[in-house]
Amino acid sequence: MIEIIESGPFNTVQDLGRPGYRDIGVSASGAMDPLAVRIGNILVGNDESAAAIEVQTFPFSLRFERRVVFAVTGADGNPHLNGSELLSWCAYLAEPGQVLELKQPPRLARSYISLGGGLDIPVVMGSQSTSLRGGFGGNAGRPLAKGDRIAVGEDAEIAMLPASGIAVVEPAVALRDVFPAAVDGTLPIRALPAGEHDLFAGDGEAFWSQTWRISSRSDRTGYRLSGEPITPTASIEMRSHGVVPGVIQVPPGGEPIVQMSDANTAGGYPKIAGVIECDLWRLGQARIGARLTFVRSTHAEARMVEQAVAGYVEDVRQTSRMVKRALKAMA
Amino acid sequence: MIVTTNRHASQREIVPATQSLARVSSIGARSFLLEAPGDFDLVAQRRIWALSQSVKGWPDLEENIPGMTNLLVIFKETPEDPDAMVARLLEAWENARSIDLKGKTIEIPVHYGGEHATDLPALCDLSGLSDREVVRIHHEATYRVFALGSAPGFGYLHGLDPRIYMPRKTVPSLKMPKGCVTIGGMQTGVAMLTGPNGWNSIGFATLEMFDPTSPTPATMAPGDTVRFLPAGIEL
Repeated sequence: MIEIIESGPFNTVQDLGRPGYRDIGVSASGAMDPLAVRIGNILVGNDESAAAIEVQTFPFSLRFERRVVFAVTGADGNPHLNGSELLSWCAYLAEPGQVLELKQPPRLARSYISLGGGLDIPVVMGSQSTSLRGGFGGNAGRPLAKGDRIAVGEDAEIAMLPASGIAVVEPAVALRDVFPAAVDGTLPIRALPAGEHDLFAGDGEAFWSQTWRISSRSDRTGYRLSGEPITPTASIEMRSHGVVPGVIQVPPGGEPIVQMSDANTAGGYPKIAGVIECDLWRLGQARIGARLTFVRSTHAEARMVEQAVAGYVEDVRQTSRMVKRALKAMA
Repeated sequence: MIVTTNRHASQREIVPATQSLARVSSIGARSFLLEAPGDFDLVAQRRIWALSQSVKGWPDLEENIPGMTNLLVIFKETPEDPDAMVARLLEAWENARSIDLKGKTIEIPVHYGGEHATDLPALCDLSGLSDREVVRIHHEATYRVFALGSAPGFGYLHGLDPRIYMPRKTVPSLKMPKGCVTIGGMQTGVAMLTGPNGWNSIGFATLEMFDPTSPTPATMAPGDTVRFLPAGIEL
């Protein structure tokens, strides 16, 4: 068991999502930074799709009621265990009674806590993710709150962790060549033109050339962007159609909305572009007020990024397995 | 497919644009949207259902989501040659025969008018009809579930009488209650969640239509027939 000692609103249980039910109106949900969840799970010896705790309102703390392997991934702030600072992107062993505390990270938006053995909560429609809109999944369909207690699954590998922990090189560093850094604080996000792009004529170019700011009316469902409004040359109303995370829609006000993890499953606003899937975690780590520009990309580039990310994850998986095996042999 | 509207003008301004060929556009790298040409009608939707059935057999397909005379197709991987995917989809569309899904009939008791019918007066103004006529026209029609989406279990219903078409609102209602019976353009439906909603409410239904713990979580399915039964009329 773990017990939540302190939590802000909107911290939830998330895994890699609940795809496959968009055709009955159910959003996929899942972590805003799925790469952090995958790496965290590999570090603690879980299946990489196991559920983790997504912390997006800080401070957050929990108490371990038994020995548990844990890792904090995602954000750039360091966690504290009973007051001592630990590294992010590193698996550690917690003793019963110890308290893990996460403070507001300096730049990024979301931290993930993975626990060896995973969270022992029901799977609803194929996933443990919290569907906030639907009110089901995760922790009884709602955010975590002080006093909540969650069971942790059995961990067969608990003895294999070295006392000093196991760390990885975080994705932003390991994949530096693939994910261009922010320029003067402005994050480049790659996207492909979408269905109604041409309807924006000159404003289409304004979409790509300007710097957008993530407005305070942003959440896991979508990011609303502030900037010089863009408008289509004709007022249109689309027949409702399926949408996915990454779709950038332009409502009548002219300020784009990027659909995120809790994306609506259907929409009717004109779509100017779609963020490539591998850049979504970077957007998921961008905070309210952050600046970004959209960079016109291609299917070929999207594939290249996907392959690089897959290579990195596979490398972490192999190495972590090898290190644990070697340590076990030495023990 | 595009429907042109003028939000403040008469319903006659809602005119489907005509196109002879299906249109395929991309949404991100793995998803493609095929929009059927022609009218917003059951003929087009039957071919969309047929297309949905045939793409289900594709080994590289992850998910497909039927919309209103359109289909979103999500592949497992970003395709190496996106143009080939577009060609494949268009070919499947050309070969798609019309099928009619044998659905069930769902009867939904509705309380028309009253406190939840926040947009009924505006609909009367727009249509030039009395509230009684609007209600009668709405409950006398037979609807088909074309597709589900937007909220868990929400069915997009086709079959609305053109006399009571009403464009979506430019500024959505912030907290429309679950159960509101609504009209959005040429579509009608029942709100499944309390929240922001751009459709126009004319009544209220209390039927539960989604249960995540059920093997079939959504009550409605594409092809189903829906009848609204006036359980109360408060005008």
